[in-house]
Amino acid sequence: MPDAPPIFPLPEPFAGWFAARGWTPRVHQLELLAKAEAGRSALLVAPTGAGKTLAGFLPSLVELTARGRHPDLSRGIHTLYISPLKALAVDIARNLETPAREMELPVRVETRTGDTPAHKRARQIERPPDILLTTPEQLALLLAHREAEAFFGGLKRVVLDELHALVTSKRGDLLSLGLARLGRLAPGLAAVGLSATVRQPEVLARYLPGREPADIVVVKGGAPPDIGILETKVAPPLAGHTAAHAMREIYAAIRDHKLSLVFVNTRMQAEFLFQELWHMNDDNLAIALHHGSLDVGQRRRVEEAMAAGQLKAVVCTSTLDLGIDWGDVDLVINVGAPKGASRLMQRIGRANHRLDEPSQAVLVPSNRFEVLECRAALDAVAEAAQDTPDARVGALDVLAQHILGMACGAPFASDALYDEVRQAAPYAGLSRADFDATVDFVATGGYALRSYERFAKIRQGRDGLWRVANPRVAQQYRLNVGTIVEAAMLKVRVSKPRRGVQPTQAWMRGGRVLGEVEEYFAEGLSPGDTFVFAGEVLRFEAIVENEVITQRTAPGTDPKIPSYEGGKFPLSTFLADRVRAMLATPDDWHRLPAPVANWLEGQRRLSRLPGREGLLVETFPRAGRHFLVCYPFEGRLAHQTLGMLLTRRLERARLNPLGFVANDYGLAAWCLSDLDAAIATDRLSINGLFGQDMLGDDLEEWLAESALMKRSFRQCAIIAGLIERRFPAQEKSQRQVTMSTDLVYDVLRRHEPQHLLLRAARADAATGLLDLARLAGMLGRIEGRITHQPLERLSPLSIAVMLEIGRELVYGEASEAILADAEASLVEEAMG
Amino acid sequence: MVVARDDEVAGQDTAGALVLGLHAAKADPSGALFLCEAQMLVVADLHLEKGSSYARRRIFLPPYDTRATLERLAAVIDTHAPRIVVALGDSFHDDGGGSRLDAGDWERLATLQRGRQWIWITGNHDPSPPAGVGGDVVAEIATGGIALRHVPGSAPDCRAAFELAGHLHPVAKVAARGQVVRRRCFAFGPRRGILPAFGAYAGGLNVRDRAFAPLFPDGLTAHVLGRRTFAIAAPRLLPD
Repeated sequence: MPDAPPIFPLPEPFAGWFAARGWTPRVHQLELLAKAEAGRSALLVAPTGAGKTLAGFLPSLVELTARGRHPDLSRGIHTLYISPLKALAVDIARNLETPAREMELPVRVETRTGDTPAHKRARQIERPPDILLTTPEQLALLLAHREAEAFFGGLKRVVLDELHALVTSKRGDLLSLGLARLGRLAPGLAAVGLSATVRQPEVLARYLPGREPADIVVVKGGAPPDIGILETKVAPPLAGHTAAHAMREIYAAIRDHKLSLVFVNTRMQAEFLFQELWHMNDDNLAIALHHGSLDVGQRRRVEEAMAAGQLKAVVCTSTLDLGIDWGDVDLVINVGAPKGASRLMQRIGRANHRLDEPSQAVLVPSNRFEVLECRAALDAVAEAAQDTPDARVGALDVLAQHILGMACGAPFASDALYDEVRQAAPYAGLSRADFDATVDFVATGGYALRSYERFAKIRQGRDGLWRVANPRVAQQYRLNVGTIVEAAMLKVRVSKPRRGVQPTQAWMRGGRVLGEVEEYFAEGLSPGDTFVFAGEVLRFEAIVENEVITQRTAPGTDPKIPSYEGGKFPLSTFLADRVRAMLATPDDWHRLPAPVANWLEGQRRLSRLPGREGLLVETFPRAGRHFLVCYPFEGRLAHQTLGMLLTRRLERARLNPLGFVANDYGLAAWCLSDLDAAIATDRLSINGLFGQDMLGDDLEEWLAESALMKRSFRQCAIIAGLIERRFPAQEKSQRQVTMSTDLVYDVLRRHEPQHLLLRAARADAATGLLDLARLAGMLGRIEGRITHQPLERLSPLSIAVMLEIGRELVYGEASEAILADAEASLVEEAMG
Repeated sequence: MVVARDDEVAGQDTAGALVLGLHAAKADPSGALFLCEAQMLVVADLHLEKGSSYARRRIFLPPYDTRATLERLAAVIDTHAPRIVVALGDSFHDDGGGSRLDAGDWERLATLQRGRQWIWITGNHDPSPPAGVGGDVVAEIATGGIALRHVPGSAPDCRAAFELAGHLHPVAKVAARGQVVRRRCFAFGPRRGILPAFGAYAGGLNVRDRAFAPLFPDGLTAHVLGRRTFAIAAPRLLPD
């Protein structure tokens, strides 16, 4: 950034409006105006509270005002605004209306979301507003419209809000492809990207359309945040995620502030914390609960109460992470480890929207490993270090969806579309072969054996252009657009107790719907089980149709709290590295609470410390089993995958592995056979066990059966349009759909393992549920640096991993064991 | 996260041995049933060419389901070396299914039929199996007191002691340790057995569905397919 940014004077009526309110435009707001005047695209990187949104819209408002009212109402859109959240678009529309009204600007602002009624959508095509606020999915639909060319032909500016949040997912891929198309339809288009502070702004800037790279405007953070670790009378436990030890102090902090946001990582933690706070709420503080599974109406009520200043605290998950202004928050409490430095900064930014005053925040680690992680995160925040993920490589399933959409809009030539697609940052490196294979997939499924040519969705004409074969194909496309594939969800209904006749249909039971839970969670419940949901303890009765029927329990009932993984993030690579460094540096331990330092001291004395680069592997006998515990600090997902692969290898070495547990920091596996004896007799080599070759055949073999892989495949199949997305009316068959994509996966894997969809599913697995990329990086890093420490009993660090035993089960991976269990229980019954 | 290894709790392998009526039989974990004395292998609901039947609706499923099904059938024939193979109906997903079989699949089928008797029992999806497919086509057969037909209970006057049928594609849902498994299964009662669908793309109907109750007045046991078959009795079987 140049030292003296070119200042562009604020024109009237804007200058007057600012002055009348006693405001001075910020330097970066004027700088963006100057960029716009010069026809440049720009990425604005700024912390919360810097007036980003206004900075993004000012150039448009100024231009539209200069243009004046125009008699021709069909001249097209001037500015397109895209946000990751529907609610954010609606919120921004409201915020724009105030200045537009007060300055009497000749500007028409409208939103277009999934909730916009059909007649309004139709009218928007005929008489486009000046500024249209929408989401990536709606942009895709608009671009697949036959009128897209006329509709976007006059587009001058595009504003991309919360760009950092969009680009890390497949939605970012879809958006980038849409932007590439916009760049072609409106060649003079200038873009503004708005982003929170990120590690590599130049990578983010590539998402903005245009052949020339966008300029980057960085606003340095205001006052450094006032942030610390909450001091508690009771030391954090060795394991667990409830933060039960810190409730008194959390409650006191809430009482002493005006409005606190209490962030947690999972819905389970949110429910637990909320319950605990209510139990001790002697002052009748207004504390509310907000998470993604709750009924929308209930969430809206909480948001409104917040904005109206009626609440004292809100316990929430990442649903409140993104930049919506809900009220005057003066304290952020982050319970559990933040998992990433950038996420922590985002959350802290929710407190105090005035840039020049420090935000106040406290971290509440819920176990001792998390103390280390919180300490590492605090250091990172102090250095303003960021750990935002690397740029994505565009997914092929999303490309398939986009190609079909483009054909729905207008006939396309392969060469031209290939060039256009590569303008999208995630697809810059797309090979022509992959592009052609994707076109082929869209047309007829892209199978090597034989094609479905007769029923092709798109066909190449004599003129070389690809066209939709049938209007019904376009209809199919519109129903399947988007990259968010929801997990099958079931509604949670509280029914009134009844005697006698059992109603056969859910609605006949009456009672209120509280929200939704993942189907797999509900299916694991047995009648009579109790769980916490929406701040209440419910007793499970049955699943009827798409609803979980429950009853309220008597006050004081102890819930069997669900092991509820929704929304849990793995530890970031960046923080993991810092945690390892901290462990390896005993001189720094004085900065840790005494019980934690003592715990590490014990580890050093009784075993040894995990090194910064290498891997510590401990083995010890316990209760007739032989344990192997290691500490890669690579996050739960990568450890889960590692555990699956290690147990396969131990099995092949005939060491009779029985099971394993993993958390964010380490992994424990146990066997019937003596591991140390096997090592002594050369039947097992620790270096060989952790060899990189486990990512070869062992991985392939496991993937064949992996439920996680099947889940990835199902998502790719839906996004790519191989199978149809299901809608509420059809939801009853969703469970059968899950089944059938599994069958398709099995067949395709065996008969065409290199098929496009399998490649897409594997690419997802590498970064997503299996985190293979991270596991591969770790195996490379530790090669030749593995330290094996045989022990006589468990070590202090290992306890914190072993305590996970019996706590959680991985979804869908142990099915044979479940069947054997069910069978065995019957045998027992029969034998008495 | 905890993952227990399969065998920690597994009982001993019973190799799926059963007595149906008075006959020794084996429920193969592939979903086929072997009648030992008659040297007869029974498979239900192959649904060949189900994948290609979706293409008309522009759903392009991988066109390898026929091959996959026949390869699995070849493996189980190899294991039991039956004298007779009986396909219990719905062998072809639709009446046009036969015409969509490719040359490789015709050849695979012909190889399987060589040196043994092959019986196609007709089903609702394939009232008339394709011409030239080889083997005999019948509505039902009986062997030593066991009647074999496609739709269970469709001939109530039958005097056979035991009935083997397909048609319903039974699956069982079982929960343990907070998790759920939904798999294909055999459904066995004292007088009737229903085979799981053998076809690669065939869906399933839960054995707790009302279609099963009248067929098993004395209750049923599900023999769930896995690395072996797992015999699971009614109390542990969950509805969908």
